[in-house]
Amino acid sequence: MSEARDTLMKDQPVGADAPQVQIKNFTMNFGPQHPAAHGVLRLVLEMDGEVIERADAHIGLLHRGTEKLIEYKTYLQAVPYFDRLDYVSPMCMEHAYALAVEKLLGITAPPRAQYIRVLYAEITRILNHLLNITAFALDVGAITPFLWGFEERERLMEFYERVCGARLHAAYFRPGGVHQDLPTGLAEDILGFCDTFPKVIDDIEELLTENRIFRQRTVDIGIVSAQQAQDWGFAGPMLRASGVPWDLRRAQPYDAYAAMDFDVPIGKNGDCFDRYLVRIEEMRQSLRIIRQALAQMPPGPVKVNDRKVAPPPRGEMKQSMEALIHHFKLYTEGYHVPAGETYCAVEAPKGEFGVYLVADGSNRPYRCKIRSPDYCFLQGIDFMSKGHMLADVVAIIGSMDIVFGSIDR
Amino acid sequence: MAAEALKELGDHIKGALSADVFATSITHGQLVVTAKRESILRVMAFLRDDSKCRFAVLVDLCGVDYPDRAERFEVVYHLLSLALNQRIRVKVTADEETPVPSVTGLWSAAGWFEREAWDLFGIYFSDHPDLRRLLTDYGFEGHPLRKDFPLTGYVELRYDEEQKRVVYEKVKLKQEFRSFDFLSPWEGMNEILPGDEKARGQTP
Repeated sequence: MSEARDTLMKDQPVGADAPQVQIKNFTMNFGPQHPAAHGVLRLVLEMDGEVIERADAHIGLLHRGTEKLIEYKTYLQAVPYFDRLDYVSPMCMEHAYALAVEKLLGITAPPRAQYIRVLYAEITRILNHLLNITAFALDVGAITPFLWGFEERERLMEFYERVCGARLHAAYFRPGGVHQDLPTGLAEDILGFCDTFPKVIDDIEELLTENRIFRQRTVDIGIVSAQQAQDWGFAGPMLRASGVPWDLRRAQPYDAYAAMDFDVPIGKNGDCFDRYLVRIEEMRQSLRIIRQALAQMPPGPVKVNDRKVAPPPRGEMKQSMEALIHHFKLYTEGYHVPAGETYCAVEAPKGEFGVYLVADGSNRPYRCKIRSPDYCFLQGIDFMSKGHMLADVVAIIGSMDIVFGSIDR
Repeated sequence: MAAEALKELGDHIKGALSADVFATSITHGQLVVTAKRESILRVMAFLRDDSKCRFAVLVDLCGVDYPDRAERFEVVYHLLSLALNQRIRVKVTADEETPVPSVTGLWSAAGWFEREAWDLFGIYFSDHPDLRRLLTDYGFEGHPLRKDFPLTGYVELRYDEEQKRVVYEKVKLKQEFRSFDFLSPWEGMNEILPGDEKARGQTP
């Protein structure tokens, strides 16, 4: 190779005699219709040959005006919009909203509801990481984990369906608790899943962690230092992979997380591979939390016993006129939330998902700002991909875990 | 304990930045600082770098529209301190004309947040390196999250088979958007219904 180059060089004029060739930077459109763009991402890449000089993300192709729509809906009607933000981890989005409304109303969910929320938030985390890890692997060339992961996702979505009737758009965590109690037999089945799932994680790891191709595509790609991660507002696995031990479940526990015992995995290098490792370990920790939540779950009501916020049970409505009126008023007018404002954040699978809610005393939110973690991640694509090859952009996007439902809102 | 630390932090900020900060308050267990628009950069730099604050992460930046106020917009910053495990909310006001100094120099994360606030509210940020629209369509007009922007918008688009391109048209609704008045006697009525004054012995 080098010999060939030497002979080539000999034939070429050198120094001032060499012909000056101006190489213009090449601008390339990546997406919005690209399988590795994870949705409707349009990246305008300025390239010097195969190397990225600048990446400009054009977002908003999935903008639906969720924040505007929520201003015209009652507090309860706004819940389903949150499922449609990050449609890979629906219940965690509702969680932040439910906590924000509860804070403004000055109520707390009963203990059983808090445990159910923790249980389902962790199921959601596995659901999200399974899709992310396997789709990431698919982006860099491995298709088998994707197929295996979907089998497990189907089992988890069955747990979703059994508790709320929907596989994806749950509308299950509501202000004041959760909609319904767990049906009989569900807890045993979730425990059964906890027994079989570690084997699946091991299998996926066996395919990827020591895989030479996977490592070549991910190690030292898209390195984010701890300082950069904070500067760009990263959270979740993106922050932890850079070595910052920060987890809202641990630092600012909400619901029943204070009673849970779990480890917060962190990475060392902040590259794509570390982000993958952090997510793998988080799935294992989620299983631990699920087991604890199921073991410690107390009996009792699953929503607050306040008829002005939570609807009465069906049985009562057959007998009591008052219950019927309450039900009617709640599902037409809804409840009025006292004027005030709050910011509530949860550790969603992707990172800090926050809701800034401004109430004006009526039955509709005055303003609801949704802070989604992947919005910040995508903003960092420019500095993360600078100097990398085009193929590495795909790996970086895969490792960022972005979903356009929550970026575009 | 947590409330005390928050109050202490609020007093510290108020003491150090008395010329730049209007007030500090604690609502729903969260510290809120209202600052002067002109000195927002000083306030933010202090919050980021002071050893008792160390708010290294800009979590969120958004606009809120209050059309009745003299300065209709509020720009709300949410900061997070990983070192001290604290959150803070900083607010400044603005209107359509007055620019808000951009904090992109302090946090890179502010870039898109400010672009979004510009796009959706029309809040102008001075010294922003790249203040383009972000979420709305290419060539979109108006600022959709303002309270006076209708929910249904002004234009809709469809693919025209004859012209073989996407065309924009004025919004046509089969049914007008219905906004219900929910003021009801359930929460306690204050106004007197016609005839009620007789029951209270105030014959007209």
